[in-house]
Amino acid sequence: MTQKLHDNERIKIQSNFLRGNLVEGINDTTTGSFHPDEVQLVKFHGLYQQDNRDRRAERKQQKLEPLYSFLLRARLPGGVVTPEQWLEIDRIAEELTDAGSIRITTRQTFQYHGIFKRNLKSVFQELKFKANIDSIFTAGDVNRNTICTSNPEQSELHTEVYELSKKLSEHFLPKSNAYAEIWLDGEKVLDTEEEEPIYHNVFLPRKFKIAVALPPYNDVDIHGNDLNFIAIIEDNKITGYNVVVGAGLGMTHGDKTTFPRLGDDFGFIPVDKVMEVAEAVVTTQRDLGGRVSRSHARTKYTLETHGIETFKQEVEKRAGITFASPGAYEFTERGDRIGWVKGIDNKWHLTVFIENGRILDFDGKPLKSGLVKIAKVHQGTFRMTANQNLVIASIPESEKDNIEKLARECGLIDDGTSAQRLDSMACVSLPTCPLAMAEAERYLPGLTDDVEGLLAKHNIPKEHIILRITGCPNGCGRAMLAEIGLVGKAPGRYNLHLGGNRIGTRIPKMYAENIDEETIVNTLDELIGRWAIERNQDEDFGDFVIRAGIISEVVVAARDFYA
Amino acid sequence: MALNNLSALTSPLSESQLAQLQQATAGLDAVQTAWVSGYLAGVSQGPVTSAALAQSAGQSLTILIGSQTGNAKGVAQELAEQATAKGIPNKLVSMADYKVKAIKDESHVIVVASTNGEGEAPDDAIDLHAFLASKKAPKLEGLKFAVLGLGDSSYEFFCQTGKDFEQRLQALGGEIITERLDADVDYQEVTQAWFDKALTAVEATLEKAGTSTTAAVATGTIVTENKYNKQAPFSASLLTSQKITGTESAKDVRHIEIDLAGSDLHYTAGDALGVWFKNDQQMVDELINKLGLDAAKEVTLGDKTLSLKDALIEEFELTGTHPAFVEGYATLTENKQLLELAEDKNACRDFANNNQIVDVVTAEGNENVTAENFIALLRRSSPRLYSIASSQTEVEDEVHLTVGAVVFENEAGQQRGGSASTFLSHRLQEGEEVKVFIEDNHNFRLPADPATPIIMVGPGTGIAPFRAFMQEREASDASGKNWLLFGDQTFNEDFLYQVEWQSYLKSGLLTKLDLAFSRDQAQKIYVQDRLQENAKEVFEWLQNGAHFYVCGDANRMAKDVQSTLIDIISKQGKLSLEDAEEYLTELRQAKRYQRDVY
Repeated sequence: MTQKLHDNERIKIQSNFLRGNLVEGINDTTTGSFHPDEVQLVKFHGLYQQDNRDRRAERKQQKLEPLYSFLLRARLPGGVVTPEQWLEIDRIAEELTDAGSIRITTRQTFQYHGIFKRNLKSVFQELKFKANIDSIFTAGDVNRNTICTSNPEQSELHTEVYELSKKLSEHFLPKSNAYAEIWLDGEKVLDTEEEEPIYHNVFLPRKFKIAVALPPYNDVDIHGNDLNFIAIIEDNKITGYNVVVGAGLGMTHGDKTTFPRLGDDFGFIPVDKVMEVAEAVVTTQRDLGGRVSRSHARTKYTLETHGIETFKQEVEKRAGITFASPGAYEFTERGDRIGWVKGIDNKWHLTVFIENGRILDFDGKPLKSGLVKIAKVHQGTFRMTANQNLVIASIPESEKDNIEKLARECGLIDDGTSAQRLDSMACVSLPTCPLAMAEAERYLPGLTDDVEGLLAKHNIPKEHIILRITGCPNGCGRAMLAEIGLVGKAPGRYNLHLGGNRIGTRIPKMYAENIDEETIVNTLDELIGRWAIERNQDEDFGDFVIRAGIISEVVVAARDFYA
Repeated sequence: MALNNLSALTSPLSESQLAQLQQATAGLDAVQTAWVSGYLAGVSQGPVTSAALAQSAGQSLTILIGSQTGNAKGVAQELAEQATAKGIPNKLVSMADYKVKAIKDESHVIVVASTNGEGEAPDDAIDLHAFLASKKAPKLEGLKFAVLGLGDSSYEFFCQTGKDFEQRLQALGGEIITERLDADVDYQEVTQAWFDKALTAVEATLEKAGTSTTAAVATGTIVTENKYNKQAPFSASLLTSQKITGTESAKDVRHIEIDLAGSDLHYTAGDALGVWFKNDQQMVDELINKLGLDAAKEVTLGDKTLSLKDALIEEFELTGTHPAFVEGYATLTENKQLLELAEDKNACRDFANNNQIVDVVTAEGNENVTAENFIALLRRSSPRLYSIASSQTEVEDEVHLTVGAVVFENEAGQQRGGSASTFLSHRLQEGEEVKVFIEDNHNFRLPADPATPIIMVGPGTGIAPFRAFMQEREASDASGKNWLLFGDQTFNEDFLYQVEWQSYLKSGLLTKLDLAFSRDQAQKIYVQDRLQENAKEVFEWLQNGAHFYVCGDANRMAKDVQSTLIDIISKQGKLSLEDAEEYLTELRQAKRYQRDVY
């Protein structure tokens, strides 16, 4: 029996390699939106059509369409930009976006929020021609922005994984000229033979995420990615990678056939086989992945449906390799090391905490103009991290004091930031994200205050718990790898998950459903109170709640998550 | 007679009408021609617009109307009725419908003309006004005439058009039989006495045909069906006042819905609604306080007695200050500064324009001011006219308006506002009553033929009548193409009725929508720029018989649009500027270029 393919499949196939009627849509000045088909297509060009949901109801009364704008996510493999690029990124945010902010995201890149349709082409062109940055395939059913560990200390190894992430990113770019044609006024390539060797005209069934991790750091959160290359290091050299496939955190409320899932380690491959294996995984997912239901289309469900072994063998066949036994590695940390570290090349690296990743001039914390001042004198690079923070990297000894002074002046260095706040993260959610069910970014600072208060109340003020909020079960805030994970359900209401671990290798299970903010705080008050008294030596909160029987452990997600 | 042998001199048609007739009938075969002749014969049996019915024998009075907002038309109508009552054969004709060359055949003419903001003639009067000053103007010796000008004395060129007509007719040899009246906004108080004088003068000099003083008299094209009017308005209730600019807009524009149920009031797309407003009570309190008067003090106005406060709220103009008020108040209070100001006419007018009554009066030195002598300085309030934004075929017992609330800060930083716009937008609550009447505007009408294409230029609240037009054309399934050009400050916040236009575009009713948002980019873009960008298409539409409508700001927008249009006609039609102007004049005469500007 063949089931009807999801309508997005039609849109992709009919789009003439992602062109659709985008040009007409851009030229239609009577609306700030695109037609529904093009709303899907713009994602492949790095855009999400959104509207200001705070103003939706009033604008209906005002006989005005929703206040549409676009999110643009840059393609920035490894998250590295030069100071010159930073200054352009900053200027474009200022001049051409309504939010005026640079938002660092969990995909180790930045997003602009609030670009009106009439300004889209200018943003694309300014980014490309002034900053040499594009946004190709940062959303949509393709390989998204490739991320890698932002390890500041081991500079040589970082360079290697960074170069790999760039190479992977470029390998999975489209061959079609549509992006340049539509946004950059590039020439129309009149090649009717145009084809996509990796994606074909169907592209992938769903989004696809690749990460390169450099243990002992799991800042890329491997279990949020479809495909991970975990560097195996011997004698300070990367000998090859373990290939972890099929992780993903999204689910659908009320649908127990959807669940967050950890990846499966297929085994070790040598350095020179990475590209073949990556392409084999992508094309296997292209051919085996489900295209009927988008909530069951990611690689993790392909593994569940076809079996892990089948998938693995297909990859081996396509790549012409055999996976060796997994190499040994250990993750010890997931967060960023906020503050100064000295790299092995004797350069200094300053990692600064950016709450919610949002770079903007706040009252008393002019982060955005502060970073401009730094970019004007900085000689190294900026590296965005997958935890939504920023590394001001490769600072010579002579410049260290000056950078520190500038960073303190604008609040980028704030000694008052608690360990708890550093461990707290949220996606954007309301008012712009169309999927949002509850607040996330706007709720996080207050909730963090509350949790800080609870830790202090129970006499453990220096303790910290990985706390994440995601505004919908799609999961951009990666709450499904947190010790305390909140998933938006309705305005002011969340599902509370407990039992993830510090290094991000365990999925938390739902403890309470659809509870309000007051109940969240009351629940945490009780649990943190018990943890403070009953915990073992150095026992993290996520481990404690499982040992104490407060929540059961999710070992195999497909089996345990709803059990 | 074959149509192509016709000329304007041998037919009752103007040249442009003739051209249209010839165009319309070109290429018809014998059967078709016969059908058309039958059709026209049928039409001629119907109601006759009597402007064309001249008295065939003896002399008669021609009352020529040059009206913009309808006031002059109303006055002229009253005059015609009284002439008829006196047995004076007369015809009432809008200058827009008047063949200018016919002026040489007139024996008695009374001109009733209003004046636009900066002293220009109203649209209806442009052709005749220009013709009389041109070299083509005939000698008018033997013509007896009088002029009634309407205006607003707070403007610099008060009643200028009336003055022009008098001067031009006189220069051509005409004889003034009654001294010109320059009537101000409270004209109703002075027109009656002037009618008596003027009609007596006409009667004394008119050579009547035989003894037939009871000849049937045509009183023009204007039919007053509505029982409520300016003097006897209908008390309607406010249904809805909805702000339709976004929260971040610099403007406060309201969509107003008023319930006419029970009034039996009828209007046609293009008409205006007259609104009697009440002044802001807080502002009136402030004024009375400043003057040190007693709010409860009773004052008598005609046959009404009411408190000073009520009188100021309901009966007087307090927002548009008249220079004479400044002078009168200065004299009354012996205020040196104001007395000095009053001597410099221009400075005084500027000051009056920029300050409401409450900001002209001073808090001190009011010892000589009494309720009576103060209100004697004020002008009686007059209703404001708003272009109707709905079609009755669509909204039935309702009437919709698009009102921009005029709000600004005075020098002291206090908020002040336009009297009627803030009354409608802010003070009047839903369910409360507002006195209204319909003001016909025969010079702003959809084409009679539903297949005729139209181009509508309506930036800002000038969009209002086009909403009515589209409702009307939708309800009547009109097949003509519709092209709207709208502009305002920003796309996000000021796109008035955005979702309605979008749905008309989707349904195909609206053929084309061009937008100009001045503040969305570094360089300002206005509707005239969009016209220019579409020059070729604009001209094609005109050549295909399109009607061209403009509504909104008279001082800048309408002028810029007109000069752009002339430029387009000239370049696209390869015509000299003069010929392009002539082309536009013909459009206007054929009622294909209509404006509702203010």
